[in-house]
Amino acid sequence: MSVRVDPKPAPPQRSALGWRLRALGIGLLLVAAVALAAPAGAVSIGQPLDFETEEQEEQYYKLVRQLRCTVCQTETIYESPAELAADMRRRVYEMTVDGYSEDEIVDFMTARYGDYVRYNPPMQMNTALLWVSPFLLLVIGGVAWIQVVRRRRLLAAQGELTESERRALERFRRGD
Amino acid sequence: MIKRIFLPLSLALVVLGLLYVGLGMDSRDLPSPLVGKPAPDFELESLRDPEVTLTRDDFVGEVALVNVWASWCDTCRTEHRYWRQLAERGVRIHAFNYRDQRQNAERYLEIFGDPFAQIAYDPRADAGMEWGVYATPETYVLDAEGIIRHKHIGPVNADVVREDILPLIEQLEAEQT
Repeated sequence: MSVRVDPKPAPPQRSALGWRLRALGIGLLLVAAVALAAPAGAVSIGQPLDFETEEQEEQYYKLVRQLRCTVCQTETIYESPAELAADMRRRVYEMTVDGYSEDEIVDFMTARYGDYVRYNPPMQMNTALLWVSPFLLLVIGGVAWIQVVRRRRLLAAQGELTESERRALERFRRGD
Repeated sequence: MIKRIFLPLSLALVVLGLLYVGLGMDSRDLPSPLVGKPAPDFELESLRDPEVTLTRDDFVGEVALVNVWASWCDTCRTEHRYWRQLAERGVRIHAFNYRDQRQNAERYLEIFGDPFAQIAYDPRADAGMEWGVYATPETYVLDAEGIIRHKHIGPVNADVVREDILPLIEQLEAEQT
C-alpha cells in the first residue's frame, strides 16, 4: 500500500498565474526602462528626446538640420535614415545635454568629417567662390542688361525711316 | 555676327567644361580633415578575443595600414585579396570591424583569409566616429608616429595599391630610418 506523497505539492493554479503576471509586469517595466533611458545606441528619426531646458531642445533641432549626412549627401542628419546619421544625432544629442555649445558641436563634427558636413559652410578661401558667385552672376547679368538697353536706345535714336524704306514696308504689309 | 555669338558661345563652353569636370569627380571622395593629424584614440574589444582591449597604441609603432571593413560590406570582399597580398609582403595591416556581428566577422575571415595584425571590434561605430569613417571600406595609412598620412575611401584596386599605397609605405619607411 503506497500512498503517493509529493515532496513539494504543486502550487495552486492561481499562484502560477500570479507568477506569470508578475513576470510579465517585470518584463514591461524593463522595456519601459530601456525606452525611457537616454538613447544608448542611436537616435532614430522622430524619436522623442528629453531635454533639460528649452534652449537645449532648440539647439539640438537647429543643429541636426544644419549637419549633412556624409553617406546620403543630399540629406541632413535630421531626415536621413542612414546609420551614420543616427549615430551623429545621438552624438549631437549627448553633447547638447552635456552642455556643449553649438560651435563646439559643429567643430567636433567638422574635425572628423570636414567642412562638407556643414550645410551652412563657413566663409573661407576655398568657399569664397561659393559665397561670391550669386553676386558675381548679378553683376554679369546687370552689365548684359545695360548693354542691351543701351543698344536698343541707339537703334531708336536713329530716327525716321527714309522714303524708300517706308514704301518697302508698305509693300511688305500688303503682302506684294 | 561672329562678335554677337562669341560671348554666349564662350559662356556655354565654360558651363559645359565645368559640367564635364564635375562628371569625373566622385562625390564620395571627401577630403579627410584627419590627414596629417595623429590617429584618434579609441578603446575597443579585440575581434578575436573579447577579453583583450585594444587602443590606439596597438595600431601605432610602425608604418601600418588601418582598414575599415565589415562582413556585410560587399566591396570589402573585392579589395580583401590586396590586403592578403600586402600582408604576405610584410606590410602591417590593422583593422576596424565596423557595425558588424562578431560571428559573421569571424566567418568572413575564415572564408577569405585573415591578413590583419590587430582587429578592433567596433559594432556601434564608436571609433568609427572618432576616425571620421562614414562608409566601408576605408583605409588609412599611418606613419610610425601614428600620424594619418593618407586616407583612401572606397575599395582599393591594383592601381591604387601600386601607385598610391605602396610608394607611400616605402617613403614612410625610408623616412623612419
